[in-house]
Amino acid sequence: MMLKALQLEPEKCTGCLQCEMACSYEQEGLFNPSKSRIKVFTFHDEGRFAPYTCSQCAEAWCMHACPVEAIVINEATGAKEVLEDVCVGCKVCTIACPFGTVNYNADTGKVIKCDLCGGEPACAEACPTEAITYVDAEHTGLERMRAHAAQTIPAN
Amino acid sequence: MQHVVIGAGPSGLVAAETLRKLQPDAGITLIGDEPEPPYSRMAIPYYLIKQIEESGTFLRKTANHYDSLRIALKQGRVASVDRAAHRVALADGSTLGYDKLLIATGSRPVPPPIPGMDLDGVTSCWTLADARRIAATARPGARVVLMGAGFIGCIILEALARSGAELTVVEMGDRMVPRMMNDIAGGMIKDWCESRGVKVHTSMRVTAIEKQGDTLRVSLENGDVVDADLVVSATGVRPNIEFIADSGIETDHGVLVDRQMRTNDLDIYAAGDVAQGIDFSTGEYSVQAIQPTAVDHGQLAARNMAGLSGARHRGSVNMNVLDTLGLISSSFGLWMGDEGGESAELLNRERYRYLNLQFADDVLVGATSLGLTEHVGVLRGLIQTRTRLGVWKERLVKDPTRLMEAYLASTQALGFNAAVMA
Repeated sequence: MMLKALQLEPEKCTGCLQCEMACSYEQEGLFNPSKSRIKVFTFHDEGRFAPYTCSQCAEAWCMHACPVEAIVINEATGAKEVLEDVCVGCKVCTIACPFGTVNYNADTGKVIKCDLCGGEPACAEACPTEAITYVDAEHTGLERMRAHAAQTIPAN
Repeated sequence: MQHVVIGAGPSGLVAAETLRKLQPDAGITLIGDEPEPPYSRMAIPYYLIKQIEESGTFLRKTANHYDSLRIALKQGRVASVDRAAHRVALADGSTLGYDKLLIATGSRPVPPPIPGMDLDGVTSCWTLADARRIAATARPGARVVLMGAGFIGCIILEALARSGAELTVVEMGDRMVPRMMNDIAGGMIKDWCESRGVKVHTSMRVTAIEKQGDTLRVSLENGDVVDADLVVSATGVRPNIEFIADSGIETDHGVLVDRQMRTNDLDIYAAGDVAQGIDFSTGEYSVQAIQPTAVDHGQLAARNMAGLSGARHRGSVNMNVLDTLGLISSSFGLWMGDEGGESAELLNRERYRYLNLQFADDVLVGATSLGLTEHVGVLRGLIQTRTRLGVWKERLVKDPTRLMEAYLASTQALGFNAAVMA
């Protein structure tokens, strides 16, 4: 089965933050962008915005760094998912992820990251300008992103 | 092919699993000297505060994990290695032959050289057995003295304080976590802990422990005596290398290895907290004793044991993350700075926010943070990719919090940064 992936196209992003709202509502049940797994970064000088979240990278630094096997691969989506009842909140994954896309949530004492919403990512649905789309993995810049990661950070 | 892995911590276990992936038919034996299934010492604090059961510390959660991978778990302590005969001898007198051997025996606590360390109620916090003992004593209101406020000490500090104990910490360094935090960050962690009711002595030693009735009397070098129901020692650890002392395997502080995690014996490898592996930032071989490095080492050693060519270590970034009573701190790489390099700093003592970045030219080489939980891993990414920051270096000097923007603009095609390859 062809895995799908989030395709992020910063040049189409208007900075409306609908994705952050959708993510936090889907994941946390409330509109609180600070709890969103996807973040829009702002480049004032250039007048640009860049949505960014976990690319579900093959190296899975977070998963390998976890001391208690609390991060696992969802075979259906390829997402690396945090098992909240197993996570002890040690935060080692948050420093191990070289993309900065695993965050600690002090309210729950657990870590949070993008899980592709089980295959229906709310951010992509909410994006009005198709800056975030959920497409066949091979068509995304994702392979490029992953190649970049593999090239620059040796997985030994 | 018979692989023997000594040590059932994360490094040994990951090595055994990696070997199975690479060599479906090899024999794999994983030897650990504790009675429990392989578990994580990292998770012990969460067991102490009863957030998890003992089973929550186990490295693998499915009951038949080892059987299904045909990894033979063996409980015992390896007493010696006979290189000529390709055989290890266990303390119970039995022997085990190997084609390739991995030493992943980790480290153990070193008690301070003071009288009273053998008294009842004085313990380290290293094994699950230690944790059970501590959990039984560290009840709300119990008086506890913690010796050592290094990384391990601080992890235990959190658990002891949260269990409601009346806690006194004694650290001989001039600040908390001296080998992970600079003086500003270490001082802020101390202030934070004290503001939450923990008594912290720095630049202070315990000189002796005595028992009077049920009470432990802990003498400090300034003449003070602190009464305690429990004394927990976390004054440092040392690699477990004694059993190879006569084997001819070369050691320094830990076992010496090359970039393939191989010792001076072609069939013997070392990984994890016992191994003196290469440090990404310094290029020197040192014992890092951190979870991500242990896993890196284990994978890499296994790939070389399985005969994969080109599996060479480019160095692990030293890094740590710590939670002291809700104040989260982390440090990476050359957090103490590089000679002649510049730095950027953001400090808000009232809000316990701190971010210190260290550069060599326009490359991030080290960082320290307090109170930062968002995107903190990008510090590792920027360091390990040796990303040239260009104009973003000056922007970070002005505002160190713009780390993610610096990373994205330097590595991803964003529509304006034509220099970044798409």
